[in-house]
Amino acid sequence: MIEIKNLSIDFGRGADRVQAVRAMNLSIAKGETVAIVGESGSGKSVTGLSLTRLLPEPPAVYSTGEILVDGNDVLKMGTTDLRKLRGGKIAYVFQEPSTSLNPVFTIHTQISEAIRLHRTDVSSIDAEVESCLDMVGIVNPRGRMHDYPHQLSGGMQQRVMIAMALACRPQLLVADEPTTALDVTIQAQILEQLRMLKAQTGMAMMLITHNFGIIGGIADRVAVMFRGSVVEEGRTEDVLRNPQHAYTQALISCIPQLGQRRRRLTAIDHALL
Amino acid sequence: MFAYIIRRVLFSVPIVFGVMLLTFFLFFVIQSPDAMARRVLGPKATPQTVNTWLHNRGYDKPIIVPRAAKQSFADYLLISRSWKDSLFIHQMTRLATFDLGSSDVTGRPLIDIFKSGALPSLLITLPAFLLGLMVSIGFALYFVFIRNSALDLLGTFLCIALMSVPLMVYIIFGQWFAALVLKYFPAFGFHMQGMSTLKFLLLPVALIVVSGLGADVRLFRALFLEEMGQDYIRTARAKGVSSARVLLQHVLKNGLINLITMMVASLPFLIMGSLVIENFFGIPGLGNVLFSAIQAPDFAVVQASVFLGSILYLFGLILTDLCYAWADPRIRLH
Amino acid sequence: MALLDQLWFQNTLVLIGYALVASLLSSATKGERWQAASSRLKRDYVGIAAFVVIVLFVFIGSMEMIRLPSNEGRRTLLDLVTTGIPQEKEYAAPMATHAFSVANPRPLNGRHLLGTDTLGRDTLVQTLRATRTALIIGGLTSIIYIPIGVLLGIMAGYYKRWVDDLIQYLYSTIASVPEILMLVAILMVLGKGLGTMSIALGITGWVGLARLIRGETLRQTEKPYITAAKAMGQSDWKIITRHLLPNVMHLVVIKFVLGFSGLVLTEAVLSYLGVGAPIGTASWGGMIDASRSELSRDPVVWWNLTSAATALFLLVLSLNIFGDSLRRAFDPRQT
Repeated sequence: MIEIKNLSIDFGRGADRVQAVRAMNLSIAKGETVAIVGESGSGKSVTGLSLTRLLPEPPAVYSTGEILVDGNDVLKMGTTDLRKLRGGKIAYVFQEPSTSLNPVFTIHTQISEAIRLHRTDVSSIDAEVESCLDMVGIVNPRGRMHDYPHQLSGGMQQRVMIAMALACRPQLLVADEPTTALDVTIQAQILEQLRMLKAQTGMAMMLITHNFGIIGGIADRVAVMFRGSVVEEGRTEDVLRNPQHAYTQALISCIPQLGQRRRRLTAIDHALL
Repeated sequence: MFAYIIRRVLFSVPIVFGVMLLTFFLFFVIQSPDAMARRVLGPKATPQTVNTWLHNRGYDKPIIVPRAAKQSFADYLLISRSWKDSLFIHQMTRLATFDLGSSDVTGRPLIDIFKSGALPSLLITLPAFLLGLMVSIGFALYFVFIRNSALDLLGTFLCIALMSVPLMVYIIFGQWFAALVLKYFPAFGFHMQGMSTLKFLLLPVALIVVSGLGADVRLFRALFLEEMGQDYIRTARAKGVSSARVLLQHVLKNGLINLITMMVASLPFLIMGSLVIENFFGIPGLGNVLFSAIQAPDFAVVQASVFLGSILYLFGLILTDLCYAWADPRIRLH
Repeated sequence: MALLDQLWFQNTLVLIGYALVASLLSSATKGERWQAASSRLKRDYVGIAAFVVIVLFVFIGSMEMIRLPSNEGRRTLLDLVTTGIPQEKEYAAPMATHAFSVANPRPLNGRHLLGTDTLGRDTLVQTLRATRTALIIGGLTSIIYIPIGVLLGIMAGYYKRWVDDLIQYLYSTIASVPEILMLVAILMVLGKGLGTMSIALGITGWVGLARLIRGETLRQTEKPYITAAKAMGQSDWKIITRHLLPNVMHLVVIKFVLGFSGLVLTEAVLSYLGVGAPIGTASWGGMIDASRSELSRDPVVWWNLTSAATALFLLVLSLNIFGDSLRRAFDPRQT
């Protein structure tokens, strides 16, 4: 469904130019879940945003390559097509739910905005919003839908974000560090919710994270990114069990293991890589 | 909410008291009432007229404690009485009861002068404020929409250039252009006669709007641009919302809430009018009252204006909080 | 006041003023923050052009500030340079050969690039002379308000509690009076003059700076390096001068440049209102004020207004552009 070919993204021009993504290749099939793992600054979030050209241009510059969604190159699309793609075909859940929801609009307004944009066939917006909220496990959705984001807890806010993303039945959900800002117990709930929703809807998912610990059991495949390139790619079990690249090995050794007594976590020595 | 307003009003009391102290110190301590009388009455005034003038306004009272009172212990006992009869207490109680006094020059009660000047001032400043706000917001949104383009850069430069022209030059140029070249607007004068008042208002209002445009557009542009960088804007764009709608819906509402904090505070002060504009156009508003008071000099008018100005400002701050609470769902007043 | 009348004393005062401003600027041009900013500034050609214009104005204004010994009244370096320009008796249009009167124009003593004013003084020289007024107002006021604003701002932000409450009360009180009213009230009592104008502008001017510095100090004291300095037992004075002051100085410099432009504009308004520059002191505000009657003449005497407004505009514009360049150089995230 998605094919990224030889994609390079720069920030800035001339002397200030920084390469965020270098000659990257990646594909996601229908219904497949691909995890992109890497440290901050490795280009994983930039890749996620580039799928619908959400990066602010400038400073972002797509220097080489193409991004094919069902065979159409995103980098050549006009604004109208891009807007149909965003939210309609590819939807996003971001890291920080407290700042990613607009503080001055009710969650009803924000979810219905997405529905109005992409699903002109829906006759009863209220019922649809309610069912979306119900789907992500919000209790009493009818009562809560006129709340403002600040009236909800962090976990609830992230559920609303997911509901908003799923409201338009996307074929791909890009979850960019969806649990990083949340408490550990809530993290597990949100991941479980995502897994269930994926099974229900059959959508594909791109799970962007720095944490190898959360991808087992949810991702079919994993791509490890380092300094803007994919350094290792494979089936999740294979990579977890038998990592090839030194960076992958280092990342996996960062997962705290239950029952293991370790005084400190291994630091990744970039000079060795 | 009611409790909140009461508390805010109470918090303002020390500040009003501070302003009262400040003006008293400025007008009656730094400058002796005697010197004030001489400046108001002119160099030819006889000591007799000066004394009468001082006595009539109560300025001949001892400033705080009569110097003689400190001479003996017996006098100390009388301080409590003489203290109450000092200029300081007299002035403070006068202002605290909102008795603004009367003009040094004409003797007319200031409350009447202010009442008659408020309407002409508001007729100029209120439309100018609202129009200026709308025009500035419009331009700022447009510049944010085309941000980082050559036109945006040019706009920023033009804003800085507009900011660098003094108000008087705007007025002189405006009068020359509109009245002498277009021969349409009257360059000067003001008559309140129903609809025809409008043509006297147009030019001053337009000039206030234009002279404030540079600074406001730049400020609002920065404000909206900051909103553009927020996470929820990315969320909206990720939903497929168009750039125009992102700007007019998401950015504008958040930006306007921030704008309230900056703009509403100056709303009550509009009643004081614009000094330079009213003088240039001969509009009989409060700005012109103050202008004449500076030329006269009429210290009573200036003192009362400072007092009123600070009250209006503090009222504006409370109004700001109320508007903020009304507009931003996150704010609750306790 | 015998001392104040001495030439050497007046010139020394001017030099002290320059030294104070220079020390302010040099204290900000230290440390990494400045290095990063200066490399960005060097690439900002518009900013450099604005800076050159400012330096030019400072140079001209300085020429009018340095006094020379003289038998008759005030004589400055600028007078020395412009001695060749003849004095007229009435208005003369730019480059005209005859005086500006319709009935019986007399030949002029010389030509004047920008004409003359009603007393026959060369407009260009008067315009340049007025630069001194702008520089004194901007410079002297800055020398007054910057130390007060920085000191009170840092104290409020660093000591917090009652010190903060007191300082906040102080500036809320001053800020509650609309600025122009406050200026007018102070100047009416103190009287016209460049010194009194600077004092009045200083009294109202420190509030904004103190607020800014207080906010930044509050942010800085949250940071670990201040906690570390405290834990190492450094005295409050050392923490303020060694750590906090260098971290707020760039804000002071930006405020100094942008504030300067505001002061020049305010001077023009105050002079227009009749509480600003005393009669006889060349000032752009005074020239603009005088031009009101000139514009109602027929034919119009336009050159005095144009010269004064252009000079004022150029200086304020350059200050605004340069101040903006500084702000962008110090804080590249803001656009």
